[in-house]
Amino acid sequence: MSVLLKTVGAALVLSFIASGPLSAADRKYDGIGRMPTPDEIKSWDIDVRPDGQGAPEGHGTAGEGERVYLVKCASCHGEFGEGGGRYPVLIGGHGTLKDMRPEKTIGSYWPYASTVFDYIKRAMPFGDAQSLTDDETYALTAYLLFMNDVIDEDFAVTQDNIGTIEMPNQANFFMDPRPDAQPEGGTACMKDCKTEIKVLGRATVLDVTPETGGGDMGEGGSAPASQSSTEAEPKKEEVAAAPAGDADAGRSVFNKCKACHVIDSPKNRVGPSLHGVFGRTAASFDGFKYSKDFQKAGDNGLVWDDDSLAKFIADPKGYLGSVIGKEKASTRMAFGGIRKEEDVRDLIAYMKEAAK
Amino acid sequence: MGEKKTIEIKDSGAAMPRRRFLQAGLAGSALAATGALGAAKGATAAGLDIPDWSRQLGASVDDAPYGKPTHHESSVIRRSVEWLTATRESSVNFTPLYALEGIVTPNGICFERHHGGAADVDPAEHKLMIHGMVDRPLLFTMEDLLRLPRISRFYFLECAANGGMEWRNAQLNGVQFTHGMIHCVQYTGVSLKLLLEEAGVSTKAKWLMVEGGDSAGMNRSVPIEKALDDCMVAFAMNGEKLRAEQGYPLRLVVPGFEGNMWVKWLRRIEVGDESWQAREETSKYTDLMPDGRARRFTWEMDCKSVITSPCPENPLTQKGPNVISGLAWSGRGSVKRVDVSLDGGKNWKEARIEGPVMPKCLTRFYLDGWEWDGSEVYMQSRAIDDTGYVQPQMTALQKVRGINSIYHNNAIQTWLVNKTGEVENVRLA
Repeated sequence: MSVLLKTVGAALVLSFIASGPLSAADRKYDGIGRMPTPDEIKSWDIDVRPDGQGAPEGHGTAGEGERVYLVKCASCHGEFGEGGGRYPVLIGGHGTLKDMRPEKTIGSYWPYASTVFDYIKRAMPFGDAQSLTDDETYALTAYLLFMNDVIDEDFAVTQDNIGTIEMPNQANFFMDPRPDAQPEGGTACMKDCKTEIKVLGRATVLDVTPETGGGDMGEGGSAPASQSSTEAEPKKEEVAAAPAGDADAGRSVFNKCKACHVIDSPKNRVGPSLHGVFGRTAASFDGFKYSKDFQKAGDNGLVWDDDSLAKFIADPKGYLGSVIGKEKASTRMAFGGIRKEEDVRDLIAYMKEAAK
Repeated sequence: MGEKKTIEIKDSGAAMPRRRFLQAGLAGSALAATGALGAAKGATAAGLDIPDWSRQLGASVDDAPYGKPTHHESSVIRRSVEWLTATRESSVNFTPLYALEGIVTPNGICFERHHGGAADVDPAEHKLMIHGMVDRPLLFTMEDLLRLPRISRFYFLECAANGGMEWRNAQLNGVQFTHGMIHCVQYTGVSLKLLLEEAGVSTKAKWLMVEGGDSAGMNRSVPIEKALDDCMVAFAMNGEKLRAEQGYPLRLVVPGFEGNMWVKWLRRIEVGDESWQAREETSKYTDLMPDGRARRFTWEMDCKSVITSPCPENPLTQKGPNVISGLAWSGRGSVKRVDVSLDGGKNWKEARIEGPVMPKCLTRFYLDGWEWDGSEVYMQSRAIDDTGYVQPQMTALQKVRGINSIYHNNAIQTWLVNKTGEVENVRLA
């Protein structure tokens, strides 16, 4: 604590001892500004702290949240929190923080659950801020935490427990240790500081700079195809394809699937069980009512293996269409597919283990 | 950037500077359009032109009740990088540093960063609330705030993500894009310490939560030590009221700290004993290290500098004497020294600092007496502040922080002056 604060504090304590609770007379500029009423404070006081302070009365579960999410959030963040365009990805990314391309989501990165509520309440939906009720906000918080494997599906998030939910990455934040990267001895070299000049990269070769010749605002800036930045992030480079998938990583990718599919038991939900799916003919799981196009694909001999599943997951309607001779198949599965090859590989590696 | 191909290098002093040269074509056609008048009153054979503006009346007063820069400078504007963000409302643009002189940024070209668009706030309706761990919560109108004692201070404001696109390699070819998330203006307002004293801060208070009245409700935690040190609640910049995009009618000024904390459209300050861990200080504005852990509360903007002339937007057109100039700053204090290297960092010369030098403010420097011989030059600048901090090379930063930390890139910038006089953003080992 600063000397200044101590001084202010000491002054307050002294005046308290001298004259009891502070009165308006303790103000230097009394009469400028006024006391807000408790209702006035309450109407603006929307913040929630990690310890739960400020959390309003209310509750919500993942199931309730999913319904709100699909109506109010999915158009930007994707039906399964996978992000669309450059809107943030909300789900998955577990174990990627050391990667070439870390995926910083609520589940993989955010240290506190309270922040999910606080941010949704104040800023979401984008362009219609502060329109959600407290219950809706709790429900969305629960849905996003459930989809990120932080809480169980039937766990109701409330004002009493939001300050107690532990996030997986919480321990991995530490206080700023700067200044860093300083020269040895602390002094700047003036002469013969290095022997050769080696050029590592040139911005003109990359050619992603907007035109600045005319008076127009940034016209003609061509985005590299691999860009998916939401902040001023460094350009993401293409990573050479890794041959085998990572089942651990695939487990969090499966979060995108598990709202509709069970994999570790022969139980149908909104979608058919994926238990024992490898080697099975499409649309053949007992007790599930498949769409006509799916049945046709099965009749045409589609069998699920690594290759067919990878193609299907990457582009469900397109791939199934190619099997039955249509441009796009018509199925009830609302999922748009997983674009990242790496995620598909990881997912299949996980499914192989989990579907046994 | 296509313009650069038209540059001709001249050895004599007769050639026009590049930008004038480019505009000569325009001026010529305007003259031609005036027809016989222009031709009849042309210059004598051996003398200089007597142009129209020397003979005819210019614009009247009040032609522009609020003036703008001359149309000859219409290319000096903020620019954005379209592929960077999802929407135009939650986005950023860049200050045209290449066109600035001295240390003050004109209000109309201070870079913008909004998270929910620039709010259009009615000053008659706007209020600032201070509550939480205080003896008495207070609600101020703008009228109230204008009755309190004022201070005016010059400060730079830099986004923590300035240079964020350059972590992996040289990517954007222009100082506007590599360094343009910064501005420096004279802010006028009320000391935050004064407002907190009016409310009577509890001795147990350790943090403030500051919040904007925009549709992003931008909120950040500010440590009480900083709040009672040099923060201010500003309503004016460079002698006039804040621009809407800079938070009109009220913004927080947090000198030397990352721009994201300078909450615009400031409506609420809550005093507490813990930090809030807002989205903008957890999900964003934390710095991911190579080991997968992340630094948090990385507030100070470290000492940094860049050469703004020459730069990709300001190529050289002539051999011989040329101006080398740039800007330096530090969020931890004042700029003490700036060095310039003309051989890619092998050897350095101390530059001349052109005052005024103020803490947490842009500082202008020049390297006098330089003559370009037409050869390739790898140009760098390196600033040192009064804490002794030395601006590092990118290799030194990457060694500690890797390539995924996004924020707080204060590395030394290299410009390669080609034999043609064109200038490129390059990365050296």
